[in-house]
This record gives sequence, C-alpha cells and structure tokens, in this order.
Amino acid sequence: MKMNKTTKNNMITYLMVIAAYVIVQTMSSTGHLSRLLSGLLVPICVYTIAAVSLNLVVGFSGELSLGHAGFMCVGAYASSIFSNIASDMPSVPRFIIAVLIGAAVAAIFGVIIGIPVLRLRGDYLAIVTLAFGEIIKNIINILYVGVDSEGLHVATSSQNFHVAADGKEILKGALGISGTATLYKDLRDYFFLIGVILVLVTLFIVQNLVNSRTGRAIMSTRDNRIAAESVGINVMKYKMIAFVISAALAGVAGVLYAHNMSMLKVSTFDYNMSILVLVYVVLGGIGSLRGSIIATVILYALPELLRGFATYRMLIYAIVLIVMMLFNWAPAARDWRSRMMEKFFGKKNEKEAA
Amino acid sequence: MAMLEVKNLAIQFGGLRAVDNFHISIEKGQLYGLIGPNGAGKTTVFNLLTGVYKPNEGVIKLDGVDITGKNTIEINKAGIARTFQNIRLFKGLSVLDNVKVGLHNQNSYDTFTGIFRLPRYFKVEKAMNERAMEILKVFDLDKEADLLAGNLPYGKQRKLEIARALATDPKLLLLDEPAAGMNPNETQELMDTIRFVRDHFDMTILLIEHDMRLVGGICEELTVLNFGQVLIQGETSTVLNDPAVITAYLGE
Repeated sequence: MKMNKTTKNNMITYLMVIAAYVIVQTMSSTGHLSRLLSGLLVPICVYTIAAVSLNLVVGFSGELSLGHAGFMCVGAYASSIFSNIASDMPSVPRFIIAVLIGAAVAAIFGVIIGIPVLRLRGDYLAIVTLAFGEIIKNIINILYVGVDSEGLHVATSSQNFHVAADGKEILKGALGISGTATLYKDLRDYFFLIGVILVLVTLFIVQNLVNSRTGRAIMSTRDNRIAAESVGINVMKYKMIAFVISAALAGVAGVLYAHNMSMLKVSTFDYNMSILVLVYVVLGGIGSLRGSIIATVILYALPELLRGFATYRMLIYAIVLIVMMLFNWAPAARDWRSRMMEKFFGKKNEKEAA
Repeated sequence: MAMLEVKNLAIQFGGLRAVDNFHISIEKGQLYGLIGPNGAGKTTVFNLLTGVYKPNEGVIKLDGVDITGKNTIEINKAGIARTFQNIRLFKGLSVLDNVKVGLHNQNSYDTFTGIFRLPRYFKVEKAMNERAMEILKVFDLDKEADLLAGNLPYGKQRKLEIARALATDPKLLLLDEPAAGMNPNETQELMDTIRFVRDHFDMTILLIEHDMRLVGGICEELTVLNFGQVLIQGETSTVLNDPAVITAYLGE
C-alpha cells in the first residue's frame, strides 16, 4: 500500500519527463519549435538536474547550500579537460566517461568541502558554502591546463604556462575552455535526448535514495537531529552522503552544460547561478522533486519567452515568481489546490496535494 | 547482575554541580521511577545515561558493560533507547517511517543497494515493514501508519516516540515524562501500555514522571532526586510516604 503509493508517484514523475520530451521532440521535428526555444532545451535539462540534486540537500537533508554552482563548475571543467585530452576516442564512450569524471571530481570536492561545512548549521553553513563556491570559481579562473607530447601541464599563471608546439592549450585561465562542443559534432542533434536521459538518471538516483534506508536516515537528521542520534543514526555520515551525492549530480549538470557550449567561461558559475537553482528548488516546493522540475522549466524558459515585452520582461518575471510562491506555499492556495484535486481526481489524491 | 548500574555519577556546568554522587541500580525487567522537584536534575541524569553529556565523574554500566563517556549513537547501539520530555518525532516522515528509522541499525543494506534496488533492498524493506507494523500494532497505531507523524494527536505522538525507541531493540528504555500533557484517561491508558511493553518486550524501564498517580501505580522502586543528589531510594510505597520526600516537593 505504502510502497505502491510512492512507486506510483515516482512513475508519474518519470512519465512526465518522458512525455515532455516526446512532445517537444515532435514539435521540433515538425518545425513548430522556434530556434530560440530549441536553444533552451539543453540548458533546461542542465538546470533541472541541478535543481533536483540541490533539492536533495535543501529539501531532504535540510541544509541550505549556496555553493551548488561551484560543484557544477568543477564537473564542467574536469569533464571538458578530459574530453579535450581524449579527443581521439569515439564520441559516445568519451562522453560517458566525461560524465563519470565530472561526477567523480565533483563528488571529491563534495567530500573535501563537506567535512568542514557540515559541522556548521543553518545560516553559517549557507554562508560557508557560498564562500566555497566562490573559491572554486576563483581557483579555476587562474588555472592553465595544457597537454603535449611530454604530458599534462598545469600552471597558475600564463608566464609559467608552456606547452610545446605539438600540444594544445586546453584551459586558458579566465579565457576558459573553447571548442568542447565541436568535439561532439556527431552528437550535436542528440544533446537534448542525452540531457533528458541524464535528467531521468538523476531522478532515478534521487528518488530511489530518498525512498530507502539511507533516505529515511537523511530525512530523520533534517527533522530532528537529537532524536536521530538517540536512535543510533550517525548524523554527520548521512548529511555527508546527501551532500556528496548532490555534488556529484551537480557535477553531471556541469558536464552537460560544458559540452553544449562552444565557450566555457568560469564567470557563468557565479553565485547568481547558485541562487537561481535555489529559487527553482524553493518555488517548486522544498522536498518535491516533481515541483523542482516544473519550476525549472517554467522559470528558465520564461525570461526568454518574455523577450517580446522588452523592458517589462524582468517585471513580469518577478510577478510570476511571487505568484508561484503564493500558489505553492500560501495556506489558502494550498487549500484551494487540494479542493480542486478532490473535485477532479476524486478523494484519493487529497492527501498527496496537502 | 543489575541491568543498569550507576555509581558516583557527577557533572558540573560551570560552578553548578547539576548532578552529584548519583547512584542507581536497576534489575532486569524492573519498572523504575526517577522523581524529584523541578530542576532537580532528572533530565540531566537521562542526558548523562544516553551520552548527550559526558560525566565528570562516575561509572555507568549497562548489563555489565562499561558505557561511561560513549557517545549517543554508541550508547543506543549498546542498548539504551529514550523518549524526550518535549516530543521529538521526525514530523515530516510517516508514522511507519518513524519506526523504520528506529530499525535502522537492526536491518541493514548500503546506500548503493538502496539506489539500484538490488534484491537485498526488497528483502530487508519487507522485513522492516513487517517488524515496524508489528510494533505499531502494539501501540494501536497501525491504522495511522501512512499519516505524517506531525499530524498525529498528542497522545499518539507520545506513543509513537516509545514505539520508535523500542524499534532500536534496547535493553533499557528511558521515558522522560511520558504522561506530560495527558488527561487522566490517556494517562491510565499509558500506564497499561507501559506495563504491557515491559511484559511483552521483556523490557527494563526507567521513567521520569511528575504524575504521582502514574508513578505510584506502575513503578516498583523509586529514586528521589533533589538539588542534583539522591534524596532517598527504595520501594515505591515507602518512598512516597517518606517525610523528606514530602518536604522536598511541598516545602517545609
């Protein structure tokens, strides 16, 4: 009974993503999708993965993390460097390895940052994650990476950076990495599909994690730390698991982002990006994965779709943010929603909406 | 051998000796009461027993094993479970999941198994569900299994906390004011439940309580604490009629 209900719920989320993919793909192949919109598809996948993974930390382990862009950044750069080094490999296995490397490196950073950060609580934790995100960004900003016949060269300034003529400079400090996307010319048309698959994989991991022994332990540390310890739950361990898995998945989002861009610049991974992802999570409903997805799609596409309104664009965007927040969180709106649910779908769904 | 043996326990907060020279000896299967006026240090004793505070002096032995100075998690694994004076449930989890969190260390599979739904996941989850429902049934909470713990009425939240503590399969159960905020009917029902838990789970129970009807009704032995020190120890009827106890509670 309980089992079936959550499984059903998870299935609805998967089906929703797949249905959205099918609809968009049909529209795109019949030419009903504008160039502008089709350019948004992959970034939407990127931000969906980021929002779902951030929800694991914010919604399920109950810690406010403001450094999510830092992990995306690490994943993006680690995987791009790999793709550039291994440019002789066939593109499909190369991309798969790039995703794994992005996730692994982001996870390692998750561990390194998690050890000091998770000792803190509440606002302090938020501020320190914010700082770590900026530190990561600034370190990569001065990093030079190149490869030649002698092997890998890493330097922290252009003066010390010497790559032989037969080699290539991959990461050039603040100039970033260029041309990663051109390494995947043959996959170009499938990037949206790849993005959707990665969204599904992320959902699979997070949903299954949450509905397992580990997930219950994670949520117990959120609801009551002292009680969790009293029943023998190692609070640090489970906060860490949530933090690291979230970082790894953010890394995956970064990989997708990096491989879809012709220019990868570190300045995009600033704290605005972290806040943006947090906005998607909060407005979609903390702890609701489906909500995160819906909020990301609407809020990412909206500013672009509103271009026709020119200068009023951000005003309308702000109003939509407020309306969404009220719709999701105001008690009156929630009552209304559950009444509507009851009316249209019968009494059964009442609890779910509440 | 006694289930819980505490000798010379003391803790100091700054200049205040909150608990001093505390000693207690509880036999297996006993229902033991810890009473005393407000601020006497009862909850501090619980916090010392469960490793929330580290004692400055003294020895705590559970079933012959020295557990002094261990942390909360180790102590829970060693066999002490507790409830809290102000209810501490996992409010965002269902009633069933609250108990399943209690079963966390009994039924184990790793995170990887959980994510990729390996066969062990289904096997262990099934066993956990069955065990959790069994425990919930004892507390007559099985019908509310799918509700969020935070939505339960107060009396049932208290019961759920005991159920969760029992799920950790303890040797000794500590109840911190289980009847606080309950009406006389609920208290009566709680007394039956506590007795039933003792018999059904073969449990040793130490409880803090202000409700003298409950204490007098179910506790076999009592320790009275006053200003952090043991005032008197012994059989319930003797202790409750002791002039020193009456003075401690009511004043001169």
